[in-house]
Amino acid sequence: MAPTRIRSASRSRRAWTGWAYAAPTALFVVVFFVLPIVLVGRMSVSDWGLFAGNRGWNAPENFTEAVGDRLFWPAVWFTVKYTVVTTVILLGLALGLALLVQESSRWTGILRTSFLVPSALGLASASLLFYALYSPQASPFPGQISFLGTPSSALWSTVALIVWRFAGFYMLLLLVGLQSIPGDVYEAARLDGAGRWQTFRHVTLPLLRPSLALCTILCVTGSLLAFDQFYILTKGGPDNSTVTIVQLVYNMAFQGQNDLGRAAALSIVVLAALLVVNLLQFRTLRGKER
Amino acid sequence: MSRLLMRTPQHVLAGGLALIFLFPLVWASLASVSPQAGTQQTDGWGFANYATLAHYQAGIWRYLFNSLAISLMTVLFTLLASVTGGYAFAMFRFPGRNALFLLTLAILMVPYATLLIPLYVLLNSLGLQNSLIGLALVLSMFQLPFATFMMRISFEAVPGELREAALIDGCGSFRALQRVLIPAAKPGLITVGLFAFLAAWNDFITPLVLISDSDKVPLPLAVANLRGQVMGIVDYGATEAGVVVLALPCIVLFLALQRHYVRGFMSGALKG
Repeated sequence: MAPTRIRSASRSRRAWTGWAYAAPTALFVVVFFVLPIVLVGRMSVSDWGLFAGNRGWNAPENFTEAVGDRLFWPAVWFTVKYTVVTTVILLGLALGLALLVQESSRWTGILRTSFLVPSALGLASASLLFYALYSPQASPFPGQISFLGTPSSALWSTVALIVWRFAGFYMLLLLVGLQSIPGDVYEAARLDGAGRWQTFRHVTLPLLRPSLALCTILCVTGSLLAFDQFYILTKGGPDNSTVTIVQLVYNMAFQGQNDLGRAAALSIVVLAALLVVNLLQFRTLRGKER
Repeated sequence: MSRLLMRTPQHVLAGGLALIFLFPLVWASLASVSPQAGTQQTDGWGFANYATLAHYQAGIWRYLFNSLAISLMTVLFTLLASVTGGYAFAMFRFPGRNALFLLTLAILMVPYATLLIPLYVLLNSLGLQNSLIGLALVLSMFQLPFATFMMRISFEAVPGELREAALIDGCGSFRALQRVLIPAAKPGLITVGLFAFLAAWNDFITPLVLISDSDKVPLPLAVANLRGQVMGIVDYGATEAGVVVLALPCIVLFLALQRHYVRGFMSGALKG
């Protein structure tokens, strides 16, 4: 009897010590994560002005007004289009780069570093750089190319910025996947008489699927929540053609409308959509793996 | 030889791509010191654009100080919470352990915008509105999922005998953490610190929402605000100088540590 009591006493003392060490994390998570989540839920059903504060219940209206905003559907459509274009181009290029530099030598080391350097910059710094690069006054490109003047050129110019900033990072993730494919698999394919394309199609791609899945999830999530690049580069223009959904949340809350309640409602819609998209991605990408 | 010849187009293609990737950085550094109409640097090469930047509103030193203070506080808070938290999750069994760990990781699932709107209100009621400390606390919270995960696996990778030896030697749990576990988990500690620093230095939307006093904004926000100050005419020279000042510390840190973390990525892959 006595030893069990001692053991359970020491176990409960260890549990207390464990909680003491976990306390800073718990405090952070409760104050800066759980409380805000509860608060955003409450704000989404309240008439909550930026300066006026809480002015009572405003339940379905916040949501109907947020979804009924004239920029809501254009923003959803633009965000989805931007996400698809960015993900396809970015991952395609990153895969190409990874294949180009997968053997290690001094030369490929230099190449890897050149592709990776832009990833060291902040997204805001990179956007400011391209803002100057695209400007008619400072641009080093000859002639009068309009980089941000029309809706489609603004989209492609932003995609170019994002590809430049992130290609090296995704290349690194895919390189890790490539290096984990054992050499004897390639050897076996070669002995079976597979050509380069066949090897790539039937050996490399299937074995790379986990890395590609990770990259896709990261890239889709990041693009759906795009903000900095459009805020700095296009300010949503021309004619609100490049307003993303997060920008719409920001504008509702802090620019013009000053309606935190409606912005909270929209941000909850965004959260729910993101959870659904990620759930679907996990399912399809994991399903294919088997 | 024929193998080498076959690969030549591949090398040329890769080299060309590398030049394209380096071009914007080289261009920005050169353009910031070269003569250009509509900037402060109109004839000859020189640093007039940097002088403009230095005297912009509260002065660049103010914004550099803000950025540095925010980044260092974020590193400090992140390390403090993730080292103790990682230790608790790796070494102790306590009720609510898994729930708290999953809750910490769940921060990754929630968009910044969804959290920033209530945080704007919450910081006001905590008296932390417009303060660098409040901003650093929020940025640390965004770092917690990665940092806690990283410190947990770093501590779990420390050999069990080493930990037990420390405890049997009569070290209290804190002494064991301080003397044995922290030195053994140094690479993890450096990675967490570096990521927290870079994330805080480069973050844009968080200060944009939480800081409204223009003297307290960090450098990225100050450079973004600097465009279009004078009657809507943008001083691109000063913008280019600002980009260089923003990017330089990141690139230097990256080049100094890339061997460390690119190899870390790779060796992890070989083991996996």
